[in-house]
Amino acid sequence: MKILVPVKRVLDYNLKPRVKADGSGVDLANVKQSMNPFDEIAVEEAIRLKEKGVATEIVAVSIGEAKAQDTLRTALAMGADRAILIVHDGVAEPLAIAKLLKAVADEEQPGLVILGKQAIDDDSNQTGQMLAALLGWAQGTFASKVEVAGDTVNVTREVDGGLETVALKVPAIVTTDLRLNEPRYASLPNIMKAKSKPLAQKTPADYGVDMAPRLETLAVTEPPKRQAGIKVASVDELVEKLKALGVAA
Amino acid sequence: MKTLVLVEHDNASVKDATLHTVTAATKLGEVHLLVAGAGCTAVADEAAKIAGVAKVHLADDPALANQLPENIAPLVVTLMAGHDAFLASATTTGKNIAPRVAALLDVMQVSDIIAVDGPDTFTRPIYAGNAIARVKTSDKKLVITVRGTAFGKAARDGGSAAVEAVSGSANSGLASFVSAEIASSERPELTSAKVIVSGGRGLGSGENYHKLIDPLADKLGAAVGASRAAVDAGYVPNDYQVGQTGKIVAPDVYIAIGISGAIQHLAGMKDSKTIIAINKDEDAPIFQIADIGLVADLFQAVPELTEKL
Ligand SMILES: Cc1cc2nc3c(=O)[nH]c(=O)nc-3n(C[C@H](O)[C@H](O)[C@H](O)COP(=O)(O)OP(=O)(O)OC[C@H]3O[C@@H](n4cnc5c(N)ncnc54)[C@H](O)[C@@H]3O)c2cc1C
Ligand SMILES: Cc1cc2nc3c(=O)[nH]c(=O)nc-3n(C[C@H](O)[C@H](O)[C@H](O)COP(=O)(O)OP(=O)(O)OC[C@H]3O[C@@H](n4cnc5c(N)ncnc54)[C@H](O)[C@@H]3O)c2cc1C
Repeated sequence: MKILVPVKRVLDYNLKPRVKADGSGVDLANVKQSMNPFDEIAVEEAIRLKEKGVATEIVAVSIGEAKAQDTLRTALAMGADRAILIVHDGVAEPLAIAKLLKAVADEEQPGLVILGKQAIDDDSNQTGQMLAALLGWAQGTFASKVEVAGDTVNVTREVDGGLETVALKVPAIVTTDLRLNEPRYASLPNIMKAKSKPLAQKTPADYGVDMAPRLETLAVTEPPKRQAGIKVASVDELVEKLKALGVAA
Repeated sequence: MKTLVLVEHDNASVKDATLHTVTAATKLGEVHLLVAGAGCTAVADEAAKIAGVAKVHLADDPALANQLPENIAPLVVTLMAGHDAFLASATTTGKNIAPRVAALLDVMQVSDIIAVDGPDTFTRPIYAGNAIARVKTSDKKLVITVRGTAFGKAARDGGSAAVEAVSGSANSGLASFVSAEIASSERPELTSAKVIVSGGRGLGSGENYHKLIDPLADKLGAAVGASRAAVDAGYVPNDYQVGQTGKIVAPDVYIAIGISGAIQHLAGMKDSKTIIAINKDEDAPIFQIADIGLVADLFQAVPELTEKL
């Protein structure tokens, strides 16, 4: 089966986001951007399924500005076979992304689409579920284990109370949680090889999808800052503080 | 405005998360609830008593027993013909179902709101809470997930809503439930506890975690939590994880032990009223936000603390 892996370019997770002074958003000028960590896990899972002989081809797709090419090259260097870049400048909401991905899925007919459970910038946690709805497919979100057996994929999900396993009819959507796997680093030869792997460029218009946002961002502000408090010198002092807080008798 | 709130339950009783979401819905308009499950009449009866609720829709069907979004979302879409807003808690259940509903309604969901600023305007954290966005939607219907820690709990009694059965077959045939491993614990639930004791990689092993954290939590009647590093290292199961990608908590007192204070961890607990940190590294970032810090070796400080309490 073919596997489609949507990957998003986001502010590197090691960096602390800076809110722009004019309140229009987070400053992304001249800061390192990398593949969303959950999407690295998605790419890795697809590669492992290919190594097991379950998957035959891995197609990475990204929607974003032209620089999202770098993110796709990373996916190709890790082991994806080819890539599709849908160039779009400006805000792209999960609903519009899901519509584009549906159009790509209609064309590519994958057996699985593996997405990150959330992008660490907007933290929406929506795209995979929306895509599942638009395609009329089953969804296994927050996956920590994925097992394909014939026409069924068993997905173990990280839920609030613990773990849950569901059996989904293929084709299906999977979204990754952090413990699904540990993504590999691309080796230098593979990074070189990735440069010659096919990368198609498209636009939302090619798929007839309207990208107009439904949400207007009125303001982006810094959260209230917490002040550092005091340091106590001993356990005895800490005990006194806990008593003063009323949590210890 | 008529709102429809998805009730979270285990086919036996209403979960606390729903009470917070009801409070958020009250700010938008009339509150209706949806109880979807199997053999869950008792849940509907309990839900009908929640203060401020005008009506309870009860969908009782074996295919709804395990909250499969493939089966619940179409049901919600049908009910949304008579409602203006759908609200779910930003729990793993709510996050699984709400976007599926939103896409079927062609609505852009507003995720994880922390304030209702108006009938179409909401506040939500982005970038793991490092920025706060105010957004206004132009969609005719609303689909929203609610961060529980930002809204108080509606009272479990005082209401006397009518319960109305929803009919129709629910099985989409797309997915089925196989099994669950749900941890059961005598301790308070993480997301509603008043006091949380949380352990990180500094503990070094699962054995140490249980030897040091459990007795302290017992003394304080606290829930127990962990950093992702502690979960990844296998000290404790994944449902202990606090943070951007774990649980969001805001207890009266949060005690972080052997946790460095990575932004992804802070995202899950920085709204706690009082933060206490025990760490041997005086430069650990956790001290930048802790109200009370103790620079000490946890292997000495924690047993001593437990003993002296
Ligand atoms: C104030 C503000 C300003 C913004 N400005 C911009 C802007 O100028 N340009 C911009 O692009 N975004 C911008 N955004 C972000 C944009 O709104 C989000 O990208 C969008 O809401 C998607 O949310 P998400 O990625 O969190 O979705 P989620 O549902 O959390 O994403 C889940 C998964 O979906 C897939 N996915 C998501 N997006 C893509 C994608 N683009 N390509 C491929 N796969 C994807 C990935 O697998 C990802 O892991 C802005 C957001 C805010 C709040
Ligand atoms: C996409 C993404 C999402 C993430 N989501 C989360 C999340 O939801 N929650 C989360 O927690 N993390 C999350 N992380 C991981 C996060 O970045 C950190 O790696 C993690 O929080 C570190 O855990 P820790 O503080 O226990 O470990 P460390 O950073 O290793 O800190 C251990 C601390 O213990 C102290 N210590 C060691 N020995 C002792 C001793 N004897 N006595 C006292 N102190 C001692 C050390 O000084 C150190 O400060 C995420 C990461 C990514 C990339």
